[in-house]
Amino acid sequence: MAIVVKRPKLSFWEKLYLPGIIKGLGITLRHFFLSLTGKTKVSMQYPEEKWDSHLPEYYRGAPALVTDEQGRERCVACQLCEFICPPRAITIHPEEIPSEDKWAKVEKRPQEFEIDMIRCIYCGLCEEVCPEQAIFLRKEYAFTGLKREDMVHNKKRLYEIGGVREGLVNKWNELK
Amino acid sequence: MDITFILISVAKIIGLVFLTILPMVAYSVWAERRVSALIQDRVGPNRVGIPFTKIRLAGLGQPIADGIKFLLKEDFTPSHVRKGYYWLAPALTMVPALLTCAVLPFGSELFGIKMVIADLSVGPLFIFAIASLSVYGIVLAGWASNSKYPFLGGVRSSSQMISYEISLGLSIVPILMIFGQLNLSDIVMEQARNGWALLPLWGDRLSLKGFLLFIPIFISFVIFTTSMFAETNRLPFDLPECETELVAGYHTEYSSMKFALFFLGEYAAMIIGSGLAVTLFLGGWSLPFGWLVPEDGASVPFWMGALHILSFLGKVVAFILFFIWVRWSLPRFRYDQLMRLGWVFFFEIALFNILLTAGILLFVK
Amino acid sequence: MPPAATDEKKPTAETPAVPMVNVQIDGQWYQFPKGTRMIEACRQVGKDVPHYCYHPKLTSPGNCRMCLVEMGMPPRLAPGQEPEKDGEGHQPIQWIPRPAIACANTVAENMGIRTDSELTRGCRHGVMELLLINHPLDCPICDQAGECRLQEFSVEHGTGGSRFREQKVKKPKNVDIGPRIRLDDERCIMCSRCVRFTDEIADDPVLGFTERGSHTVLAVHPGHELANNYSLNTVDICPVGALTSNDFRFQMRVWFLKETKSICTDCGRGCNTLIGSREGRVYRQTPRENNDVNSAWMCDHGRLNFHYLDSELRLSAPLVKDEGVHKESTWPKAIQRAATALKAHGGSEIAVVVSSRMTNEELFMAKRLIDTLGAEHVATVPRAGEPDAYLIAADKNPNTQGARLILGLEGDLAAGLDSVRRGVADGRIKAVVTLQEDLLTPEAGFDAQTLDGLEALVVLHLLANPTAQMASVVLPGAGFAEKRGSMINVTGRLQRLNKATEPFGQSLDDWEILRDLIQAIGGGNGIYLIEDVFKQLAAGVEEFEGLTLSKIGDLGVPLIETGETVPLLERERERIAKGQIVG
Repeated sequence: MAIVVKRPKLSFWEKLYLPGIIKGLGITLRHFFLSLTGKTKVSMQYPEEKWDSHLPEYYRGAPALVTDEQGRERCVACQLCEFICPPRAITIHPEEIPSEDKWAKVEKRPQEFEIDMIRCIYCGLCEEVCPEQAIFLRKEYAFTGLKREDMVHNKKRLYEIGGVREGLVNKWNELK
Repeated sequence: MDITFILISVAKIIGLVFLTILPMVAYSVWAERRVSALIQDRVGPNRVGIPFTKIRLAGLGQPIADGIKFLLKEDFTPSHVRKGYYWLAPALTMVPALLTCAVLPFGSELFGIKMVIADLSVGPLFIFAIASLSVYGIVLAGWASNSKYPFLGGVRSSSQMISYEISLGLSIVPILMIFGQLNLSDIVMEQARNGWALLPLWGDRLSLKGFLLFIPIFISFVIFTTSMFAETNRLPFDLPECETELVAGYHTEYSSMKFALFFLGEYAAMIIGSGLAVTLFLGGWSLPFGWLVPEDGASVPFWMGALHILSFLGKVVAFILFFIWVRWSLPRFRYDQLMRLGWVFFFEIALFNILLTAGILLFVK
Repeated sequence: MPPAATDEKKPTAETPAVPMVNVQIDGQWYQFPKGTRMIEACRQVGKDVPHYCYHPKLTSPGNCRMCLVEMGMPPRLAPGQEPEKDGEGHQPIQWIPRPAIACANTVAENMGIRTDSELTRGCRHGVMELLLINHPLDCPICDQAGECRLQEFSVEHGTGGSRFREQKVKKPKNVDIGPRIRLDDERCIMCSRCVRFTDEIADDPVLGFTERGSHTVLAVHPGHELANNYSLNTVDICPVGALTSNDFRFQMRVWFLKETKSICTDCGRGCNTLIGSREGRVYRQTPRENNDVNSAWMCDHGRLNFHYLDSELRLSAPLVKDEGVHKESTWPKAIQRAATALKAHGGSEIAVVVSSRMTNEELFMAKRLIDTLGAEHVATVPRAGEPDAYLIAADKNPNTQGARLILGLEGDLAAGLDSVRRGVADGRIKAVVTLQEDLLTPEAGFDAQTLDGLEALVVLHLLANPTAQMASVVLPGAGFAEKRGSMINVTGRLQRLNKATEPFGQSLDDWEILRDLIQAIGGGNGIYLIEDVFKQLAAGVEEFEGLTLSKIGDLGVPLIETGETVPLLERERERIAKGQIVG
C-alpha cells in the first residue's frame, strides 16, 4: 500500500525560500569565519597527528591470524572466511597436520593463507564467521607496497600482525 | 588592419586570457576547495608548496600539482564512444567560455590603449551568442559517450541551459534600456561617472529617478545572478552532473586532460559570468563614488590604469567567492523545481521588469 | 506443486497389476500402489521426511528413528458394523498416539500420515538432540560439512543448543580402515548404511558395530580392511563425516565445488557422474543415479582416475619439432605444419589411429579428417580387460560402439591395428596421425624404432607421453572433464559429457583442433558449435537420426542393442522384486 506523506503547510515566507536561503548562507558564513580565525578546529593533520593510541578495541583494521596461549595456530583451514569474503580477498590452501605434530589431533591446518590487501574491504565478516576464533581485525591499517604481490599478506605476515590472543574458547583442549 | 593593432590585440589576449583568466581558473579551484573546507570546519589542501622544501604556502602549489597530474594521467578513450564528437566536446565547452572575455572591458586605459580586447558595440549580444554555444559541448559529450548517465546529463543540461538563457537575456534588457547602448566600455564609463547600477549614490543617478530605477535593476541583478548559476551548471543548479543521480553526468566517460577541460571550462564560465555581472551591475573597472574617473580625451596615467584593472579583478574575485559561498550553502534543486523556477517565475518576472523599467523611464523625469 | 488430491494416476499406468490404496498425507488424499513405503509416498507428493539410515538401494533396518511420523488407521470395526464414510468414500482416521518409522512401513488403505504434526516435530527434535549428544564439534575440519545431513537436519529440526553438560564419549578418530577410506568414529551416528552397502552390494562384509550403548563404534573386521573396488561409495552414502575419502580429504570444501553432470570414461560402462570442480581444477567425481547404467554407485578406480587432468605431463601449448627439438609454437603454425606434413603423402601412405576414448563428435571429425586425407589405414586401439560382477565392463574403452558406428569399423579391431603396425614396420605407411592414443603402450604395441622411421607423426593428446616425444607436431587436446560431447556405452546407450573446466593452458577441444586441421588440409567449412557437429553427425550416421545433444538429456537414451547386461542392475531388480529394497 502506498504511504501518503502529507506535505507540510508552508507560510508565505517559507514558500518564498529567500529567508531560508539567506539563513543558510549566514550559517556557512559564520562557520567560514570561525574556522578562518582558528576558533574551530576539527581535522587532524594525518601523518603528523595520529589517533592510533585512541583506537577502540573493536577497530576494524587489517585481518590477521592469531595463535593461542599454547602457541597453537588457531586456524584449521575450514575456508569459511574464504567463502564469506565479499571481495574474495582470501585464498587458503589446507593441509593435513602430520601425525608427529604436537597438535596432530586437530588434523587440519592452513598450508598457506593469503589475504590480498588490495582487495580487502575491512568488513570484518571473516572475523564474524570464523568458528575457531582464529582471524581478527587488528589495529594496523596503513599498508603500502610497490608491487601487487607486496600487498598480499601470507601466513607468516598474518601471524606477525595477529600475534598471540589469550582467553579465547579452547575446544581443542587436553580432554579432546 | 595594421600590424600594431594586431600586436596589441595579441598582447591583450595573452595578458587577459593566458596570464589572468587561466591562472584564475586554476586558483579558483583551489579557493573553492579551501573555502569549502573552512565552511565545513576542515582544513582543505594546505600542503603542496614549493617542491623538495618544507615551504607550504598554504597549499598554493596544489593547482599546479593537479594540472601536472591531469596531464600525466592516462588519456583513456572508451571503445564504445563516437571518437570524433567525443574529442570535440571538451574543446567546445572550454573555447566559448574563453571567447566571451573578448568584449569585457577589464580596465580603463593603459599606455593610451583601451583595456578591452574587442570594443564591440554589441557586447552583451556577442556574449550571449558565444556563451550559448557551450551547450553543444555538453550535449555532444553526453551523446558521444554512448552511455546512459552521460546521456541523461547531456539532455538535462541542454534543456536547463536553453531555459535559463531566456531569463538571462531578458534580465539585462532593463540595464540596456537605462544606459541606452550595447557597448560595454561605454556602459562602464557611464557607471563610473554617474553611479553604479547597483549603487546610485553619486552623479546623475543620485536622484529620484535613479532611486526608482534601482528597483528594476536589483530585480534584474537577482535574476541575472541566479540564471548565471544555472548557465554555469553550478550548485544549486548542477543537475547535469548531479553526482548522486548521474555518477558524474556528461563527463562520466572522460579522463585525464579531456576531463580537466570540462572541469576548467566550468570555472572559466564562472569567471566570465562574474566579469559580466561586475561590468553590468557593479561598475566594471571603476572605483566607487566617482573617484579617479578619467576625463574624456585626457590620457590616463599608468598607476590609475593599473588601479582600474585591480579594481575590476577585485570585484570579480569577490563575485567568485560569492559563487563558492552559495555552492557550499544551498542544496541542489529537483529538476522539476528548476524548470518551474526558470519558466514560471524568472521568465515572467524578467518580462514584467522590462515593463517596469520602461514605465519609469517614460514617466519619471 | 504436489499432484492434486486422489489424482495420482501415474503409478496406476506404470504398474497396473498392483492395487492402489488411498492414503491421507498432511490432510490431502492420494493414491499409491500397495506396498509403497510411507517415506516414498511422502516424497512423491513433495513432503520430504528426514532420514539417515534409509537408502532406497539398501534394506531398511529402521535404526536411526529420524523418519518417525504420526500415523493413523481407520477405526477397527465391531462385527457387523458398517464403516462410516464421508462424501468421497474415506473413513475417519484414528491417529495412533505413538509415532511410526516411515522407511520400513508400507502404506495401507485409508492410512493417514502427518509429516508436520506436533508429535512428528517433537520426535525429530528428540532424535536430533540425542544424535548430537556425543557428536564432536568437528565441522570446521570435517570434509562432510556443507553436505552433511546432520548439519542440515540440525538446522531444520534441531534445538539449536545442547542441554548436555557431561563429558562427551571419546572414540577413535582418524582410523585407517582401508587404502582409500578414513574413519572417524566420534562422528558416526550408527545409521549402518556403510555396513549394509558392503554386505548387500559389494559382497565384502568387513564393516560392523562393536561395543554397546553410547560406546558403540563402527569397526572393520580384525585382520581385514575396507579395500574393495567399491569402497568409496560408503563415503558417498555416509550421511555424516564418519567415512571420508583419503583422496578428497582436506582438498576443497564442498560448497566451493561446481557440480557438472557427466559420465565416467574409465571403462565401457559409462557410469553417470557429478564432477566437482573449482576454478579450473577437478577435485572429485561422485556417482550420479541412473537406474539404467550404474544404479547409484561407481567403482573406485574410475572415480579416482581424473588426476592426470592436472598432472605435470599435461601439454599446455602446441609443439613443433625442429632439428630434433620440440619448440613451443602457436596454433595456426602448428596446424599448418601438420597439414603440410600430411599433404605430402598419398592416402595409401597415411594411417590414422583413432581412440575409442574420443566422443562421437570427435570421432565424426576424425572421420572427416580421414576422408579429407584419403587415408586408407584406419585403426583404433582395443582395450580388453577383466570385467567384474558389478559395474566394470570388459571393454576398457568408453566409446567402442561409437567408434564402430561412426568410423564404420567392422570385425576384429585388433586385426585393424595389427595391419597398421605391420604397415609402419615395413615402410608402406610413411605418415601417422594418432588421436588421443599413445602408440608406445603395450595395448597399442608399436615400438619406438619403427615409429622413428616415419616421415611424419602428428600427435593429438593431452599428455607428454613417449609417442608425443617422437612426434613432428604435437597438438594438445582436452581431457574428459574439459569437453562436451557424447559417447555410447557397452549396452548401447548414448550418454553426454559436460564441460566442468576449461581446457588446460592453450589446449583446445579435440574437435576444434580436427576442424582446423581439416580446413588447413583444404576441406570443408568451419563449424563453430559442438551442437552443429552433432547435427551433422545426426545427418550423416543413421543411428543418430533425429537426435540433438540436448535431446540426449542427463540420463542418456538407448541407441543400439548390444545384448549386454549389467550384473549389478540385474541383482538390484531381483531385490526390488522381492521387496527387500525400494530401488
